[in-house]
Amino acid sequence: MSLAEAEREKLLDIVRNHAARPTQLLQILREVQELLRCIPREAMEIVAAELGVPRTQVQGVAEFYSFLSLEPQGRFHILISDSISDQMLGSRALAAQLSQKLRVGLGQTRSDGRVSLGYTSCTGLCDQGPAGLVNGHWLSRLDKARIDLIATFIEWGVPLERWPREWFAVADNLHKPGLLFGNPIALGAALQTAVEKGFDTAFAEVDASGLRGRGGAGFQTSWKWKFCFEGPEELAVCPMGKPEKIERYVVCNADEGEPGTFKDRVLLNRHAHQVFEGMTLCAGIVGASQGFLYLRGEYLELKPQLEAVLAERRAANLLGKNILGKQGFDFDIEIHMGAGAYICGEESALIESLEGKRGVPRNRPPYPVTSGYLNKPTVVNNVETFAAAAAIVLNGGQWFASHGTEKSKGSKILSICGDCARPGIYEYDFGVTVAQILADCGAESALGVQVGGPSGVFISDKEFDRKLGFEDLATGGSFMIFDNTRDVLEVVRNFTHFFAHESCGFCTPCRVGTSLLRNNLDKICAGHGTAGDLAELSNLARIVKTASHCGLGQTAANPIISTLERYADLYQARLKNNISFEPGFDLDGALATARRLSGRDDAMAHLAQEAEA
Amino acid sequence: MSQQQTLTIDGKAVPFQDGDTIMEAATRAGVYIPHLCHNPEFTPHGSCKLCEVLVNGRKATACTFPAESGQVIQNDTEEVNEARRVVTQMLFVEGNHFCPSCEKSGNCNLQAVGYALNMLDNHFPLFYPAREVDASHPDILLDRDRCIFCELCVRASREVDGKDVFGIAGRGINNHLVVNSSSGLLKDSALDVTDKAAHVCPVGAIIIKRHGFAVPIGQRIYDHRQIGEVSLATEMALAGDDHG
Repeated sequence: MSLAEAEREKLLDIVRNHAARPTQLLQILREVQELLRCIPREAMEIVAAELGVPRTQVQGVAEFYSFLSLEPQGRFHILISDSISDQMLGSRALAAQLSQKLRVGLGQTRSDGRVSLGYTSCTGLCDQGPAGLVNGHWLSRLDKARIDLIATFIEWGVPLERWPREWFAVADNLHKPGLLFGNPIALGAALQTAVEKGFDTAFAEVDASGLRGRGGAGFQTSWKWKFCFEGPEELAVCPMGKPEKIERYVVCNADEGEPGTFKDRVLLNRHAHQVFEGMTLCAGIVGASQGFLYLRGEYLELKPQLEAVLAERRAANLLGKNILGKQGFDFDIEIHMGAGAYICGEESALIESLEGKRGVPRNRPPYPVTSGYLNKPTVVNNVETFAAAAAIVLNGGQWFASHGTEKSKGSKILSICGDCARPGIYEYDFGVTVAQILADCGAESALGVQVGGPSGVFISDKEFDRKLGFEDLATGGSFMIFDNTRDVLEVVRNFTHFFAHESCGFCTPCRVGTSLLRNNLDKICAGHGTAGDLAELSNLARIVKTASHCGLGQTAANPIISTLERYADLYQARLKNNISFEPGFDLDGALATARRLSGRDDAMAHLAQEAEA
Repeated sequence: MSQQQTLTIDGKAVPFQDGDTIMEAATRAGVYIPHLCHNPEFTPHGSCKLCEVLVNGRKATACTFPAESGQVIQNDTEEVNEARRVVTQMLFVEGNHFCPSCEKSGNCNLQAVGYALNMLDNHFPLFYPAREVDASHPDILLDRDRCIFCELCVRASREVDGKDVFGIAGRGINNHLVVNSSSGLLKDSALDVTDKAAHVCPVGAIIIKRHGFAVPIGQRIYDHRQIGEVSLATEMALAGDDHG
């Protein structure tokens, strides 16, 4: 595809609007994708030349993120969520229906360029599925009737602005506010307190609160901020307490990519001010003047209102120079969009993405707190962590610490989906039992719960007395419920496919291991597995878990490991018990290409895996 | 610093200097830790995971992990070597590694590591990926069938040749080596046969043309020597005075 002069001009405009900064490469390519519906080679040439980076880096970024493509997408680009909660609501049948009605294959663009269709890992609309995205905009509560209408509108070329608003409606479903949702801070109140009482006092409150990161890992927040303040060891000066004046950064991780997690979407929709206030407090404490909100690509819909909130804060002297009149207290926040890569929720991969590169996790140590964005001390915290920090500075650390448990202070916001009457947002003090949660959201005959998303743990109905908290069941918020009509192995298969799809590919055990796990599990689920395959699955899972470079690989085998522990009989039931080995070769599948080429689908064009008796 | 800092590897005390990684300390002390993506001439990478060792009971990547006083490291143990063998097998099945016809056979680090780890079979099902061969360059063959994503060519081209000829694109199992030229072909890139990047590939992905099978079987690097011995001989010489 050769670019027209006008297109070349627009490309240069895009680069200019980003001041040709190499860190903006992903943001630039997102806009190129929107303009041209793909990133053609010629565009890569121009962008590389303008930014002064090698073509290979531009190509690397263009091929890494799911929302960027080298081949043109359709004028209407539709992605259907393939998260397990959407699958349970019939998303696959709806995708097939759309594919058939529009005569476009899944993962393909129709030859007239009108429409392209595909799956996406998760949209963050798990409580109002089956969900999807059309040209980046949320589509909620899809059903057969709506799919028919969507297909018709696309055939007629009706622009999105004229599609019914209900199709794009996304509700907060805040069913149970708790400590944070129930006590939102007044605009600027926490910052006012910090400026009046001093940042040392503000920090002391965060420390006293016992706040731990709310993204899932649970690292003590005050320690993270303290390490960032202190900076790298090489720069430690005497006397202690006077850190070197180098740039520091505050980053809010709003990538929320763990399937089943959508609590940050609601926090940002309702309390963006509080989140930004938490970031600003952090900046005052650690000495940062630049912050970033890394917002997952699937939440593009939120960007305009978030920019408006930032503008309001600047106008109210809560962002920008000399915040609230405090000389030298300068801080501002830039929004960076992700583009469909779960791994960018990992803090060091997120930083790489912020720097305009592929989201490949870094070697640690050093950690981001001493060497992060542009190798400067950087705090990366979750949306909920910053919101909590703001409430803590205003209400005091003790207010927060009086809730929760010994090692898990405060509350946890949960995003609940799956087989329950009232999916949505629930906030509980840490220490709540799973049974209590199930009762509150109306989950009857629950077979099991995936706590913490695919990277978490699958607990059975014998474990519902367990408690939420870092002592036992930790979660970033994802809480997916499965009733006794569900097939556990299908859930595991969905999760295992997810990790293979999202692996960044840097390290051998995860790059290859996640695909090996997926293929082996598919073989077992298809009824071609033997006891040997099951033992293999278990051994491989152990190696992937222990040898991988980052949290993705280290948790990719968790679905298999946690269900092998609890439901060994379900796996056994799938095995062929009269032989110890079956080759993983699908005879009929191997003829698929030949059938397609010869246009045949008759009985003689198929082979049975086993000879008929 | 008056007292020598040490850590132990398989019970043996190993001295190290400030700023050393475990790999650097081990190499200087004549302790071989299997590796593929590590080369002391370039920035440590950490992708192959062959060099993973147990440090105080936890897995760490020796080529990137800092050496610290008192670390108790397990390197040449059954458990650690079993993981290495599995990782090596993963590399073999991921690409199209056909040793019998490969020009690098006998001089190949992947093959030699396989021998050293007692790898007797691929174990896993083969992926048979469709990988592109680029024979466009007059002097250099790029056979991606054999690429193990060690990024030694990427690092060498960037850090030594100053040319940035190579990069990695794609994601996950779809990763592939890409070339910095408008056509994407090697012939249109700045790569020259005298470049460092043309000579650092540990496997047969980057081959100098018209040199295949020049060395007879029996006189190749690994015909009579294990990779551990060869690796230490080469790398101990290089480990002389770093951290300048």
